[in-house]
Amino acid sequence: MVNIEAHAYDVVVIGAGGAGLRAAIEARLAGKKVAIISKSLFGKAHTVMAEGGAAAAMGNVNSNDNWQVHFRDTMRGGKFLNNYRMAELHAKEAPDRIWELETYGALFDRTKDGKISQRNFGGHEYPRLAHVGDRTGLELIRTLQQKIVSLQQEDKAKFGDYQARIRVFAECTITELLLEGTGAKKRIAGAFGYYRESGEFVVFEAPAVVLATGGVGRSYKVTSNSWEYTGDGHALALRAGAKLINMEFLQFHPTGMVWPPSVRGILVTESVRGDGGILKNSEGKRFMFDYVPDVFRKQYAETPEEGDRWYTDPDNNRRPPELLPRDEVARAINSEVKAGRGTKAGGVYLDIASRRPAAEILKRLPSMYHQFKELADVDITAQPMEVGPTCHYVMGGVEVDPDTASAGVPGLYAAGEVSGGMHGSNRLGGNSLSDLLVFGKRAGEYAASYTDELAARPKIDDTQVAAAVEAALSPLTREGGENPYTLQSDLQDVMGTLVGIIRRKGELEDSLRQLAELRERIQKVGATGGRRYNPGWHLALDLRNMLVVSECTAKAALEREESRGGHTREDFPKMSATWRKVNLICSLSTEGGVDLAHQPIPTMTPELLGLFEQSELAKYMTEEELS
Amino acid sequence: MTVRQFKVWRGDESGGQLNDYQVEVNEGEVVLDIIHRLQATQEPDLACRWNCKAGKCGSCSMEINGMPRLGCMTRMSTFEEDETITVTPLRTFPVIRDLVTDVSFNYQKALEMPAFAPPKDVEPGEYRMQQVDVERSQEFRKCIECFLCQNTCHVVRDHEENKLAFSGPRLFIRAAELDMHPLDARGDRKEIAQQQQGLGYCNITKCCTEVCPEHIKITDNAIIPMKERVVDRRYDPLVVFGRKILRRDQLTSTAVAEPAVHSGPVTVAEGAAPVNFSRPLSGPPGPEVNAAGHVNLNEMLSDRAAAASPFGDDITFPVDPKTLNYYHPGGADH
Ligand SMILES: Cc1cc2nc3c(=O)[nH]c(=O)nc-3n(C[C@H](O)[C@H](O)[C@H](O)COP(=O)(O)OP(=O)(O)OC[C@H]3O[C@@H](n4cnc5c(N)ncnc54)[C@H](O)[C@@H]3O)c2cc1C
Ligand code: SF4
Ligand code: SF4
Ligand code: FES
Repeated sequence: MVNIEAHAYDVVVIGAGGAGLRAAIEARLAGKKVAIISKSLFGKAHTVMAEGGAAAAMGNVNSNDNWQVHFRDTMRGGKFLNNYRMAELHAKEAPDRIWELETYGALFDRTKDGKISQRNFGGHEYPRLAHVGDRTGLELIRTLQQKIVSLQQEDKAKFGDYQARIRVFAECTITELLLEGTGAKKRIAGAFGYYRESGEFVVFEAPAVVLATGGVGRSYKVTSNSWEYTGDGHALALRAGAKLINMEFLQFHPTGMVWPPSVRGILVTESVRGDGGILKNSEGKRFMFDYVPDVFRKQYAETPEEGDRWYTDPDNNRRPPELLPRDEVARAINSEVKAGRGTKAGGVYLDIASRRPAAEILKRLPSMYHQFKELADVDITAQPMEVGPTCHYVMGGVEVDPDTASAGVPGLYAAGEVSGGMHGSNRLGGNSLSDLLVFGKRAGEYAASYTDELAARPKIDDTQVAAAVEAALSPLTREGGENPYTLQSDLQDVMGTLVGIIRRKGELEDSLRQLAELRERIQKVGATGGRRYNPGWHLALDLRNMLVVSECTAKAALEREESRGGHTREDFPKMSATWRKVNLICSLSTEGGVDLAHQPIPTMTPELLGLFEQSELAKYMTEEELS
Repeated sequence: MTVRQFKVWRGDESGGQLNDYQVEVNEGEVVLDIIHRLQATQEPDLACRWNCKAGKCGSCSMEINGMPRLGCMTRMSTFEEDETITVTPLRTFPVIRDLVTDVSFNYQKALEMPAFAPPKDVEPGEYRMQQVDVERSQEFRKCIECFLCQNTCHVVRDHEENKLAFSGPRLFIRAAELDMHPLDARGDRKEIAQQQQGLGYCNITKCCTEVCPEHIKITDNAIIPMKERVVDRRYDPLVVFGRKILRRDQLTSTAVAEPAVHSGPVTVAEGAAPVNFSRPLSGPPGPEVNAAGHVNLNEMLSDRAAAASPFGDDITFPVDPKTLNYYHPGGADH
């Protein structure tokens, strides 16, 4: 590795989204030398796309809100499959993390008395989402980005160099984690990657690595996710010996645009529904009242009149069913379309135009308005939108310790969308942005303290680096390899048609066969052109990550014989209390295939159980658990 | 579906050329869709940045038929059926490859700009601000850092030499944002903008406002108020006196007056529009220097109250639009 650029850091954070930046800030505040690595430019990570808001029980709008209520909503949303401890920490710490952002310069929308305003969102009992119009993710990432700049300025004042303790490596992709030792002694030694700009390789020597790489949505064709979401962090963790949990649970956002094509996949934020938007089928019927499941019957309005009153008087009325958790809404839309009551493009209508005055829509949903006007010439203040389910978020991810965010391999941490457990089988809107902050901070903190306790820094193994170089170069040197874009599109077809929102046994088995074929083909992928900024080559390298993560999802989806949250089996349409007790765990077998194992879910503490009524628990749990 | 003519610039810092392509175009597509189709079918190694495909991340900045635009926000239906569409990289920044340019200039300028200064003695969770007060800064925080404004600003567009002293409109709105932030503890944002960011180089051509995909009123709401208030404050005898005898942190900040309303919008003179944007303009002459060859940064040494204008002292606002490469969209009555 003589001619490979090498750097030494205490903590290497892979990912510059909300989770990565928050982790980096924390590690730097603990006095560590930190590298932030990102596939795209600084400040462009996926987090910028989040619209609706960040959930935190600050109680600014409704003082009845507190962490217990938030915890309860999160568990209900995740259908009680959540790692309860993560949900508890998240609910308790989210308000502090949001307030902290204000000290970094964030400007949230305000209530009349000058506090942070909070808005309603599907699944949250009280108005809970701190927001900035409909560009909350942008505010979050810009704030963290600017906080990092301010820390770099402090370092410049102290050490004479902006990059003395935090350096951002933008447009740099990590393809491999480097390890030291084997078996129980195995630990993180660093990471290997390439600069997209030059195609040159780079090695980071570091005892601690935080994965904050986001999700996997690029394996689907209709998705809100960008090219970055190829499941790199999931795959890196697997290859390093960590485990993935809950991979069968993917969130399909109920309301992505389905028409016109220039906006296909773009999400229509849930706040359109929170602010009064309703769903109608092609016959003009407001159909959500027909789809309220028993477990939610008590909390939702039975008539449109009651639902409409709720917007102004939430204490004395129940909420409209348009605000059911998103998997319920997605499923309802899917059923309507299948029953032949959908639009031509395969969606349903989301109508806010006829429900609120144009000026109010403009005020509350400015960037939504602007986006659709510019992109599709659709005026949301004048006409309904055509929406349908879109792959949006992966609940599954790296199995982590709830308190420390440790991924099981010493020195490896994971936070944000790449980690699993927190959201159970379904994530509530707004719970991701707060998740990034809460567990990003924890990951940074514990990664820093891990390096404190080390007797000696791990050493990089040159043979691993050499192997990583060879693997990275192989698509470029392969003569007549297959086109990566074709492979990606084939993979998306398999996942979209066979492992989509509604799943069946036969199709899932079929998907595994087809994924096995794709595995062969992906090993022979080729890329033309040189090493400098070559997107074809970059995609060729991402493909194997997309594949292994897709295999995990398909395998786990076949195994779990029930329907719950983001996993719907047509052949097993009911939730099963026995399956609730099981987490499905994926790991890499010695031959590189995916191994699946059952693992019991941790038992909630009596104090937390006490927050629920016995009758509610009875809907989820077995008799044996209840007694 | 139709097949359309495209010219896409391909090359790197050592040079390149416009290549001709014929690409399939479907109803409702945007330019970025076409670039993606080119990658998937003809040119797998065509370099182009993008992330969100929704106008939210500011990655896909490029020049389309010479206009700085987001590729994902430019609908194909805005072009004539038989029009050839020319796609080139941003001109102001060095090319890395194809449509990808080195935009590190912008990050460097951001690094040099003093960060938000949290108010002392206000605990997290105790921040109280009124919506009307945060809205002014919020407008600027909509910025998606596409750097189209930076790319279009003539001060640096063909003047590499100005990059050292000039931070550009993206950073001017950041300065204005912090200046208008209800709780920012620093009182010298305008002075910084003038003295360190080169606000004086800006002659309010409004080209930046015109290209901003977020429709931020960069000039009217940020640059002009920042300029006007620098002038206000420097003329205020009390403040000038205070500066002479007090350290800055001992100054009681005088309540900043509402920015004087800028004189009505610039109208385009009859027959002067549309403007030829590539018409060569003489660059800014550079600020006045003292005997030692330095700019008079300290107002105590300068012979006038405001910072030296690179355009001389006799400039009046609004600038005569006939002298500018600027055409206000919507025409004279806009
Ligand atoms: C359209 C949309 C709307 C949403 N709205 C909301 C909302 O309203 N509320 C909410 O709570 N959540 C929302 N979400 C979800 C939320 O935005 C994401 O889950 C969250 O931003 C993920 O953040 P992250 O920090 O985990 O990762 P990201 O922000 O995605 O960042 C991932 C980072 O990892 C880097 N990376 C990935 N792989 C590599 C590699 N191999 N090498 C180096 N770097 C790598 C990427 O470059 C990137 O910087 C929304 C998501 C989308 C797509
Ligand atoms: S108004 Fe003109 S000169 Fe001033 S920053 Fe904008 S583009 Fe540059
Ligand atoms: S101000 Fe507008 S044009 Fe300039 S970088 Fe921001 S969004 Fe882009
Ligand atoms: S791809 Fe994000 S702005 Fe165009």
